[in-house]
Amino acid sequence: MSTAPALKMPSVAPRKPETPEDEVKSVKMKAAGVNVHYGDTWAVKNVNLDVMKEDVTALIGPSGCGKSTLLRCFNRMNDTIPGCRVTGNITLDDTPIYGGNMDVVQLRARVGMVFQKPNPFPKSIYDNVAYGPRIHGLARKGAETDEIVQTSLERAGLWEEVRDRLDEPGNALSGGQQQRLCIARAIAVDPEVILMDEPCSALDPIATARVEELIYELRGRYAIAIVTHNMQQAARVSQRTAFFHLGELVEYGSTEHVFTDPSETRTRDYITGRYG
Amino acid sequence: MQARLRARHRSERIFQWVGIAAIATAVAVLALLLGSIALNGASAFRTVELHLDVLLDEAAIGDLSEMSAEERAAAIRRADYGAIVRNALRARFPDVSSRSEVRQLQSLASVGARGQLRDMVLDNPDLVGRTVSVWVPADDEVEQLVKGRVPRDVPESNRRLSDAQIGWVDALERDGRVRTSLNTRFLGSGDSREPELAGIYGAMIGSFLTLLVTLALAFPLGVAAAVYLEEFAPKNRWTDLIEVNINNLAAVPSIVFGLLGLAVFLNFMHMPRSAPIVGGATLGLMTLPTVIIVSRASISAVPPSIREAARGLGASPLQVVGHHVLPLAMPGILTGTIIGMARALGETAPLLMIGMVAFIVDVPTGFTDAATALPVQIFLWADSPERGFVEKTSGAILVLLAFLVFMNAAAIGLRQKLEKRW
Repeated sequence: MSTAPALKMPSVAPRKPETPEDEVKSVKMKAAGVNVHYGDTWAVKNVNLDVMKEDVTALIGPSGCGKSTLLRCFNRMNDTIPGCRVTGNITLDDTPIYGGNMDVVQLRARVGMVFQKPNPFPKSIYDNVAYGPRIHGLARKGAETDEIVQTSLERAGLWEEVRDRLDEPGNALSGGQQQRLCIARAIAVDPEVILMDEPCSALDPIATARVEELIYELRGRYAIAIVTHNMQQAARVSQRTAFFHLGELVEYGSTEHVFTDPSETRTRDYITGRYG
Repeated sequence: MQARLRARHRSERIFQWVGIAAIATAVAVLALLLGSIALNGASAFRTVELHLDVLLDEAAIGDLSEMSAEERAAAIRRADYGAIVRNALRARFPDVSSRSEVRQLQSLASVGARGQLRDMVLDNPDLVGRTVSVWVPADDEVEQLVKGRVPRDVPESNRRLSDAQIGWVDALERDGRVRTSLNTRFLGSGDSREPELAGIYGAMIGSFLTLLVTLALAFPLGVAAAVYLEEFAPKNRWTDLIEVNINNLAAVPSIVFGLLGLAVFLNFMHMPRSAPIVGGATLGLMTLPTVIIVSRASISAVPPSIREAARGLGASPLQVVGHHVLPLAMPGILTGTIIGMARALGETAPLLMIGMVAFIVDVPTGFTDAATALPVQIFLWADSPERGFVEKTSGAILVLLAFLVFMNAAAIGLRQKLEKRW
């Protein structure tokens, strides 16, 4: 499944791309020397990570390794958590997102997020999808909004299932449908990056397969970063994989490489199920 | 093993029976309480009237034909309707002659009869000189007698009605000149010194105006404070201190708020005494902590995932609150507010402190008029010595309870209607 050219010698990240093919790929978001503290806890330790524009990047690792925390730094969802401090540099298209020039509202319009538990608003399916475009003023007329809603639901692969019942509450859908609705809601504001925080952990295998398919289809249009506990899932949907352990980025490279020939013992042990 | 099992079942049964017994006791006591109030109060909604043939004597009122409209009205107001009522009763009982007997006879009809006749003549001055047949309110003692609340077998000296008066009432009853009808005055007029004329309309309007002020003050302030404390305020020692103080304020006895209102609104700000605006502000201060606590609970019950979803889409903190958190918390906030308002409606002590305990006949027309409130009216009537006020007190309690039940039912209905699942 991996279409990304494998790095020849992946080792501990960060690494400069070494092959000419890699230069072609553009970096969408870049984390450089990122540290996150929750009070006295050092959750993310000096992490450097690039999210590529065309790829799905999987963040894997045992619980509490800081992968979700790092993911939430990419659209500053950690801002409101009391006691949370983020240092280092994260950029979106070379613009630092923690800094005066980036408005957090603007950032989140460009970097969307899908959460672990499906969390549709207790409103109609239509209003769920239309909410983002409305608050960002993307659609002025009703017809425009209709179009955005339809396109987003189509891209999320939900249109056929809900086209006749857009007025029904979003939380009347099944869990998998709800999660796809949340993806449609994130797509509706036309983001550049979509962050997914264990999007399938609350879903059954069939719904999971459906969401994975969707992620695969969305690849290329959006830069996607996904946190997952499911290593098969990471292998299936991602082109690049980052393995975290105890807040450190242990290994980052092409998915193929990380899963078949990891450079680090810790990665190998985790992937083969020694711990985690 | 079997024995242990039997013992466990037995103790379970006993526990169940204890529970049922507790509930039954509570229900029985409540029924007794409500039953006795209803029994006492039901008759407050009925009134006793006497049928009189009244000669609107030109000699008593004056010759109106030569007068201008204002002079005529003044003359009609001036006239001695007491004498007119007295003459009407004497016409029915011609053999009553001594002064004291005439006075006793006159007092069978309520003093309200005079006002009724005056208003009649004011409406239609052509009635002067004619004999009209009208139902006039009976005196409160007569009313109690007809309603069967005055024992006839006690010695005359222990009764407020003399044997002669009872005889006259009986005679009138035999003539069909006594009737019991719906008491529109009770629900439609203000307070009075005469039990048969006293109504709770003024108190109802006073309570309504007071609650309006309370709501206007407590709801927006309470919700705003709750939103700020839950959604925006940093969690530090100051907000902890504020939280502790709000919880303490909610437990402060209401009379303390009355003293506060007296000191701040009346003595410091010189606002009008006995006015709904002061009562409402005082009750608003009293209700505010409750509204804040209830609103905070409702707001914090909104799942964080909804906030995250909205924030993840780029909603500003205000949009998160305005579009998602508040609408979802609103059923709980409204329910809590209505229950807080119901408590304010039943509150007496703070209103005593700011002067809403005064005897006020006029129905208030604005927030600065002197007014009283339903529970204060009940307190005032319960303090009155006349027998007629006993049923009025219970009647007013019934009306107050009806309002409270209505408000609480509205709270429950609202919650069920607005409740959303997530």
